[in-house]
Amino acid sequence: MKSYDIVIVGGGPAGLAAAVSAKESGIDNILILERDKVLGGILNQCIHNGFGLHTFKEELTGPEYAARFMKQVFDLGIPYKLNTMVMDISEDKVVTAMNKEDGLFQIQAKAVILAMGCRERPRGALNIPGYRPAGIYSAGTAQRLINIEECMPGKEVVILGSGDIGLIMARRMTLEGAKVKAVAELMPYSGGLKRNIVQCLDDFDIPLKLSHTVVDIKGDKRVEGITIAEVGPDRKPIPGTEEHIPCDTLLLSVGLIPENELSNKMNVEIERVTNGPAVNESLETNIEGVFACGNVLHVHDLVDYVSEEAKTAGANAAKYVKGERNEGKAGSEIALVPTDGVRYTVPKVIRPECMEDKLTVRFRVGDVYKNSYVSVYFGDERVQHKKKVVIEPGQMEQVVLSKEQLLSNPELKSITVKIEKE
Amino acid sequence: MENRELTCIGCPLGCQITVMMDQGEIKEVTGNTCPRGEEYARKEVLAPTRIVTSTVRLEGGDIAAIPVKTKQDIPKSKIFDVMDELKDVVVKVPVHIGDVVLEDVAGTGVPVIATKDAE
Amino acid sequence: MYDVVIIGAGVTGCAIARELSRYKANICVLEKGDDVCSGTSKANSGVIHSGFDCKPGSLMAKLNVEGNKLMWKWAKDLDFPVKQNGALVVCTHEEDMPNLERLLDQGKKNGVEGVKILSREEVLEREPNLTDKTIAALWAPTGGVICPFKFTIAMAENANVNGTEFKLETEVEKVVKKDGHYLLETNKGPIETKCVINAAGVYADKFHNMVSEKKIHITARKGQYLLLDKELGGLFKASVFPVPGVMGKGVLTAPTIHGNLYVGPSADDVEDKEATYTTQEILSMLVEKAGESHLIKGRLPMNKVITSFSGLRPHEDNKEFIVQEVEDAEHFFDAAGIESPGLTSAPAIGVMMAEMVSEKYHFEKKDDFAETRKGFIEFDALSNEEKAALIKERPEYGSIVCRCEMVTEGQIIDAINRPLGATSMDGIKRRTRAGMGRCQAGFCTPRTMEILARELGKDMEDITKKGTGSNLLVGKPKHI
Repeated sequence: MKSYDIVIVGGGPAGLAAAVSAKESGIDNILILERDKVLGGILNQCIHNGFGLHTFKEELTGPEYAARFMKQVFDLGIPYKLNTMVMDISEDKVVTAMNKEDGLFQIQAKAVILAMGCRERPRGALNIPGYRPAGIYSAGTAQRLINIEECMPGKEVVILGSGDIGLIMARRMTLEGAKVKAVAELMPYSGGLKRNIVQCLDDFDIPLKLSHTVVDIKGDKRVEGITIAEVGPDRKPIPGTEEHIPCDTLLLSVGLIPENELSNKMNVEIERVTNGPAVNESLETNIEGVFACGNVLHVHDLVDYVSEEAKTAGANAAKYVKGERNEGKAGSEIALVPTDGVRYTVPKVIRPECMEDKLTVRFRVGDVYKNSYVSVYFGDERVQHKKKVVIEPGQMEQVVLSKEQLLSNPELKSITVKIEKE
Repeated sequence: MENRELTCIGCPLGCQITVMMDQGEIKEVTGNTCPRGEEYARKEVLAPTRIVTSTVRLEGGDIAAIPVKTKQDIPKSKIFDVMDELKDVVVKVPVHIGDVVLEDVAGTGVPVIATKDAE
Repeated sequence: MYDVVIIGAGVTGCAIARELSRYKANICVLEKGDDVCSGTSKANSGVIHSGFDCKPGSLMAKLNVEGNKLMWKWAKDLDFPVKQNGALVVCTHEEDMPNLERLLDQGKKNGVEGVKILSREEVLEREPNLTDKTIAALWAPTGGVICPFKFTIAMAENANVNGTEFKLETEVEKVVKKDGHYLLETNKGPIETKCVINAAGVYADKFHNMVSEKKIHITARKGQYLLLDKELGGLFKASVFPVPGVMGKGVLTAPTIHGNLYVGPSADDVEDKEATYTTQEILSMLVEKAGESHLIKGRLPMNKVITSFSGLRPHEDNKEFIVQEVEDAEHFFDAAGIESPGLTSAPAIGVMMAEMVSEKYHFEKKDDFAETRKGFIEFDALSNEEKAALIKERPEYGSIVCRCEMVTEGQIIDAINRPLGATSMDGIKRRTRAGMGRCQAGFCTPRTMEILARELGKDMEDITKKGTGSNLLVGKPKHI
């Protein structure tokens, strides 16, 4: 069996950045396994601009951002296999994969980096009633059809979900000749960036219907129309508020789910809130030497943060392979506890001895908070208290912890991250 | 006197800004929380611009289309003129990021460039 | 002129076609959908019923028990997936115990093998995820699960290979009695036949009543379902039923043959026989029933629902199967009112109808009848060694198209190129499961469309979800 120091599952933004970072940390024997026919993952179909402001200090389109990392991978001579599906990873890191040329093959990895990304929630998850005709697409599928396959999935469109993908697709379909009749959003606020609301909807006079959902789909063969209705505070449709909109297409942009089927099969512990692996400060899962980064770990808002996180995973995997890790004293684990509006944190636990000088803890909130504070507590002691004009569920937030501070609190068992009014 | 309402895109706060206009001149900007909001509102009212991204058909490659963008932002009012001009553009491989696929699109003086390599 | 025309390529029509294809006769199946198994047969529980639920002495009881026995042999001969996981009718109220006893008695009378009542302890040992309220349960070991698509397709393919013609997207509009034969007016022109077999599901009354003065009435009784992620398929081993009520067998919670879990069906009579839509009210009811530990210990995670669907049972007023030549319309045979347990009964209905028809017309048996058929390659079920060998022989099996169900390009190509092959996305889905998984075709749609277009020599824009009028695309960007 062929063996590799690090096998990276997925050649999207996370996998590419992890590979570059592992290579730069001194590991040569790396293999990236990508299921699509090209590297770059979902960025290939995200042809709009707005990527890379943090990483490259300029605004790039998705393909341009991907190309920057692909160039590094090519320049560094990191091997990769395309059109290759990973079927299974065993707990002792035997990776079973297949493609047309090599057939079914197994390789032994010393470390594995999970970078499989995420998928879109389907209609069923929302229990949208009605017929099941042609013309119902998830926003990402429509994006691929238009931007890569050069095909138009519809002419008259209603979009459910106002996250960034839904908004971006409203503009894409409009520019390419379709009429987007409305964007409905279940919540009383949009999860998308203000910029996208203005430039994807307002620019084209597309109405955003907050607190609305789809309650019926008409048409047996092809969508003929949909009915939307207002929802109450319990998010259930209010009878009498139904509005029928004739259209031939319904796009669903109703959330993303990390793709952890492989992780599940290898018994990686999965967090309920994120649907991603529970990881420590090294972004390592409960299985030693198995790391996770990018949208498979938790769904990100900006690709820049994916790259940043993946770099950390790559560097830590390299350290692990080289045996350079300071394993720390047994039991010196600090739990991160999200409360008061903070839904989760990544990582979940910190071993202070193993962390870098600075550690970025990423999290999301469950509601919109204005003029509030992000606070960090060591036990009862508030150690960070940062005012934010607005914090919302659509945006990832972060706090930075220092190794020095953690090491000077040897008795610390848990760190709380919360939102406070004052 | 005429009021223009707009949403600031500077940060997640999304301030609702009112710009009071008189005969094409800005008289007052209200509703913004920070100076960036005023700056945004002034530009958005007087000379709004956008980057336009789309695809054009590709010949000779193993993908059907190549993504493109306007190299700089163009006047917002020209968005659909840009799309119209892209309608029948076909490029042949090889194409590289930054290659001009259409010069001076819709009289804006801005070229449309490829945003992906295709061999 | 055909010897026999069968109206409807659902499970009943295809079972009859398969059995009649043993004989030297000129047979044709007409189907209004773009594929076989595209009506009621595609939207049901996929349960092989053991037969304790039917009224003793009824044709339904007889054909159910016979069908159950035949099913296991047919599954081997025609190579479609079945699994004998048994059925449990769970009693949670003392006052329902007499009903459970009645079911046991009925089962014995109907000749259901091995049926017995299990104590609370015995049931909970078998099914630890059942509700604590469980008092006892009826156990029927001959119950099973089946893939209704592959079952129907297997019979249709076998009939087709044995010379039966299938005309798809051919809708019968009128049945005209001629002198000793019938003229069928269809959207594709007139078709003449000596004998008609009416297996038209919810429309069986319409055709029957065109030729007979003795009217029958079929009601479309809608059943809606929730399908949950495979993560939950292991919740129950058996198909779990509540004690039945007047509208049917009640809402089941059961594993499918593919390891998903489903909750359903509801039962509502509807006027419109095309009303295959789901409704807010019923879906919410199912969510509630399933969520509120209807028969389950704890709560079902309803965020694991991946899709919902509905089917229309062809309910005859007397709740009985009608399998006979129509009294006042010679040469016109009904297979009508085939609601649950119709799927299970199909093989027995096929045998019964073929006997009646072949005897009446003195059809001779073929010498070269192909009794068996090789089914679809189920890539995901193969061992690593088998997978490796297959990819070596056929590299297209090395390319995964549907990542949720692990369906390869090879399977999709085969599904298109087999007899009565798939011509639409739903046809691919029913034959391979591509698009049936947790992402519900989000990722594989563009790839599958591409393969369909390539194999059929069509443009992407001509690819449909389910035949004429269901195109997935409307044109090219900037040119619509």
